[in-house]
Amino acid sequence: MVHDDSFGSTILDIFIHIVMIFVLVVTLYPILHVASVSMSAPWAVSQNVVTFYPKGINFEAYSIILKAGKVTNGLKNSVIYTVIGTIINMLLTITVAYPLSKKRLPFRSGFLIMIMITMFFYGGLIPTFLLVNDLGMYNTIWAMVIPGAVSTYNMIVMRSFFQNIPVEMEESAYLDGANDFTILFYIVLPLSKAAIATISLFYAVTHWNNFFSALIFLKSSDKYPLQLILREIVLANSMAEELASTTGIDEIALIKTESIKYATLFISLLPMLILYPFVQKHFVKGVMIGSLKG
Amino acid sequence: MNIEIGKKRNPMSLKNRIIRNKFLLLMILPGILWYIIFRYIPIYGVTIAFKEFNIRLGIMASPWIGLKYFIKFFEHPYFFRLVKNTFLLSLFSVAWGFPAPIVLALFLNELRSRFYKRIVQTVSYLPHFISIVAIIGMTVMFLSPVSGFINSILVKLFNIEPIYFLMKEEWFRTIYISTGIWQSTGWGAIIYLAALSSIDQSMYEAATIDGASRLQKMRFISIPSIKSTIVILFILSIGRLLNVGFEKAFLLQNPVTYNTSDVIATYVYRRGLQKAEFSYGAAVGLFNSCINVILLLSANWLSRKFAKESLF
Repeated sequence: MVHDDSFGSTILDIFIHIVMIFVLVVTLYPILHVASVSMSAPWAVSQNVVTFYPKGINFEAYSIILKAGKVTNGLKNSVIYTVIGTIINMLLTITVAYPLSKKRLPFRSGFLIMIMITMFFYGGLIPTFLLVNDLGMYNTIWAMVIPGAVSTYNMIVMRSFFQNIPVEMEESAYLDGANDFTILFYIVLPLSKAAIATISLFYAVTHWNNFFSALIFLKSSDKYPLQLILREIVLANSMAEELASTTGIDEIALIKTESIKYATLFISLLPMLILYPFVQKHFVKGVMIGSLKG
Repeated sequence: MNIEIGKKRNPMSLKNRIIRNKFLLLMILPGILWYIIFRYIPIYGVTIAFKEFNIRLGIMASPWIGLKYFIKFFEHPYFFRLVKNTFLLSLFSVAWGFPAPIVLALFLNELRSRFYKRIVQTVSYLPHFISIVAIIGMTVMFLSPVSGFINSILVKLFNIEPIYFLMKEEWFRTIYISTGIWQSTGWGAIIYLAALSSIDQSMYEAATIDGASRLQKMRFISIPSIKSTIVILFILSIGRLLNVGFEKAFLLQNPVTYNTSDVIATYVYRRGLQKAEFSYGAAVGLFNSCINVILLLSANWLSRKFAKESLF
């Protein structure tokens, strides 16, 4: 970037810096605020004096939540759904992407057209719900991980990646008598670690943040993932009050209700915040691969 | 058709090709089955929009009643409000939310320190990974008249009475769009930054020699160079104009604000799912999908005609 030293250029620089700081503050303040309020003492919360650091460190909201168990159960469920869901995602995505990356696949164009059509035509909420119901998956883990098992977009990215692997590696394996499955597993996959990591992360984040599937397909609250529990506590109101009222006096219970909501929010943000620095560059790479369209 | 293609590209007959590549076909089978079951059967299931669906009879045996439920929706007193809300939410989201990542990318591109640039960029797309429940949860907490810091600032610094933001229909759109911008600007800027970084630096140098200011360089070099990226992404946003997602509207709305906050997707959920009016819900959903397809194709056609860029 070539810069000049004129006055106009300096003004622009200052303006840009202001905007950058604004972006940083606006992005980070909400998270800091949530963390701070959740760890502050009741007197500070009630007077609304907490900004971006806790006042009067107090973890009572957390102990109430963790004792009650609903949130930890939700966490457990979310982990299960994410792990199993991502495994199923990757199994199906890879087993579709790899054959489609080979020109010798019979009916290849037929399969491709069939899959591309689904990117534009979507059955809709009601028919999908009826189908899941008819298959007996309502209120089971399967409703959380199967209906969305393949993201066509991710599959195409994976396929592009496979197409870029040099054919010679597979051909020598064929001569040695390997079949497509062994080639996929022992040769292609080890070479595709980066793509697998990126796509798995995309799927995993989608599962972790998913609340819509749980909302329509799950009925028993012990199966609820963290997001749905979060919604109940923070948005649907009564659960936080129930938890707070177990500790007694009304006024204090009101404050505790608020603290509990903030604490639950922070617990749900925490996993992503912790993992983010490590995985964010994979996400960006993924966007790049996707946008270049192979 | 497949057999002919097979003959042209491969001297083997189709039958031999199948036998030769049987493992590949075996491999792709589960995935194809998934597509058939979870993507194509629901498309067939959409036919209940034209039927009087009865759970006991199932989809096939339920009687046809034509456009009854479509007409019911069009004549419904809420029809106009739902379409209007859906449309306006999308329109304003695009109007405010589309330029934001472009501006951010242009500014980030101007930063001299690469470290500074990476820090801001990395922080800016963190919100993209936060769940919509958490984002709306935070929004609701911050706007609370009791404990939210926004009202706290209004009261303490400006001496205004606390406002019940979420109970006022006139605030819904602003809140909806602002949270959308918070969540997606940083992530959206990634694509533009990538495009900007691939611009030939010598163009900027030539411009400097010609005496161009930095703003002029932005206007005449940076922006035109990423024009095709901008146009393609713009077409996609127009195509989604009536596609307001269920989740955010559902979490932010309440019956008091339905006048601005109720959208087609949430209506389908309430009537079609919660009240189990399956045929009606399917009809409304189908109407929505059709409009989306029409919008996408129109936007694509318009763009091909006037900007010489198109998606397909």
